[in-house]
Amino acid sequence: MPLNRSNLCWLALALITAGYLLFWALLLGATATYSTPDSWLQVLRSPEIRHATLLSLVTCSLAAGFALLLAVPVGYLMTRLDFRGKSWLDAALDIPIILPPLVVGLCLLIFFQTKIGMVIEMAIPFTYQVSGVVLAQFVVAAAFAIRTMRGTFQHLSARPEDVALTLGCTRFQALWHVALPAARRGMVAAFCIAWARSLGEFGPILVFAGATRMKTEVLPTTVWLELSVGNLEAAVAVSLFMVLLAVLVLVAVRATGEKV
Amino acid sequence: MIKLEQLTWKVSGRTILEDVTVAIPGNTYAVLMGSTGCGKTTLLEILCGLRQPTSGRVLLDGVDVTDLEPRERGIGYVPQDLALFPGLRVREQIGFAPKLRGMAPEELNQRVNRLAEQFGIAHLLNRLPDMLSGGEKQRVALARALAAQPKLLLLDEPLSALDESMRAEAVALLQRVQQEHALTVLHVTHSSSEAAALGTLHLRMMAGRLEVESKG
Repeated sequence: MPLNRSNLCWLALALITAGYLLFWALLLGATATYSTPDSWLQVLRSPEIRHATLLSLVTCSLAAGFALLLAVPVGYLMTRLDFRGKSWLDAALDIPIILPPLVVGLCLLIFFQTKIGMVIEMAIPFTYQVSGVVLAQFVVAAAFAIRTMRGTFQHLSARPEDVALTLGCTRFQALWHVALPAARRGMVAAFCIAWARSLGEFGPILVFAGATRMKTEVLPTTVWLELSVGNLEAAVAVSLFMVLLAVLVLVAVRATGEKV
Repeated sequence: MIKLEQLTWKVSGRTILEDVTVAIPGNTYAVLMGSTGCGKTTLLEILCGLRQPTSGRVLLDGVDVTDLEPRERGIGYVPQDLALFPGLRVREQIGFAPKLRGMAPEELNQRVNRLAEQFGIAHLLNRLPDMLSGGEKQRVALARALAAQPKLLLLDEPLSALDESMRAEAVALLQRVQQEHALTVLHVTHSSSEAAALGTLHLRMMAGRLEVESKG
């Protein structure tokens, strides 16, 4: 291939992309080679880290499930209905994405000190509890799930739902019988993205649910706790385990055909 | 009989349909022609209740249906892209409306099989929409609309995706369906030959106004 101006341009862009990927490969490679697989396994077998792993898996799944339950109706509403102030509501739904994570945790903590919050706490205690971990993960993960479902419904034509309405469906039946079956890949992607977001959540959990070992400690909290006592090997082992989980989620999302 | 009385549709200050008034007698095959973007599809959507007119009334057999929901109008609608339900097999597409109305499984099967036979798609009942040709999709969409036993059928350029060789066959099918089901049909098309072959009432839309061109 002759090196004309157009090819030079593509070559430059490819070099920038390769440089970025190489940077990430070096980061992960350095982390992976910091300690040995034997020491990773030893760390991952400890009761505290096994508890944190199990709690992470359970809370992430619950938070992602709740996020999906919210994302489907909100995503459908924002895609199919035109109304005054829609662009403002659209922006408001993205607030959890742009808010600093610690601020989200602080907002949760303060809300549960208000009268409404205290009434809720009497029914279900959240502050410094496992349920608080789920809530802290949910508030941020839901925004990502909503964004994914909104994209999914935007890509699906509304025509089949219109036809379903003429065939005797109510709007809810059209959503249930026509839109949801067509959106199932998007729902899987939204769940996976919410799950991955929840897995990496740290700031809101630390502020709102605390970092109590064998109680509210999840994997990101473990990394922070181990780093704070200078146990870098344990922090690295848990971090690599989280990288593995993140890669698995990415593969699952790609398998659905949806873009993250 | 369909009767449209002074139907107007405005969007963002622009008038798309203006004072549309027409009466289409029952058991008529009406064809509607007009340039792209002149409001033909909007008119069909107002008729079947997917859009509310800015003003005016829609009457079906003398009943004002302007404020009724699409499901309460008894109108079959086949849009230009046919809009088959993704992920549902042909059997489920045709049985969609009867099942929704709680028809017993045996009766439902009979209706689906009868329509599938009538449209020559009995061998396709277990296929998904992605595995159908343009002509097959068109037959499935028609069978799905007729399974709901509508009084009025609205067709939005239903033959536009078919090649020339299949068009004559599809025209014959539409004629047969209209006669066998004693339907009132409003068929939007750009093709003069299609309009001449099918229409007993010819309508033309120009600049948002509807004119009756001829009665066959």
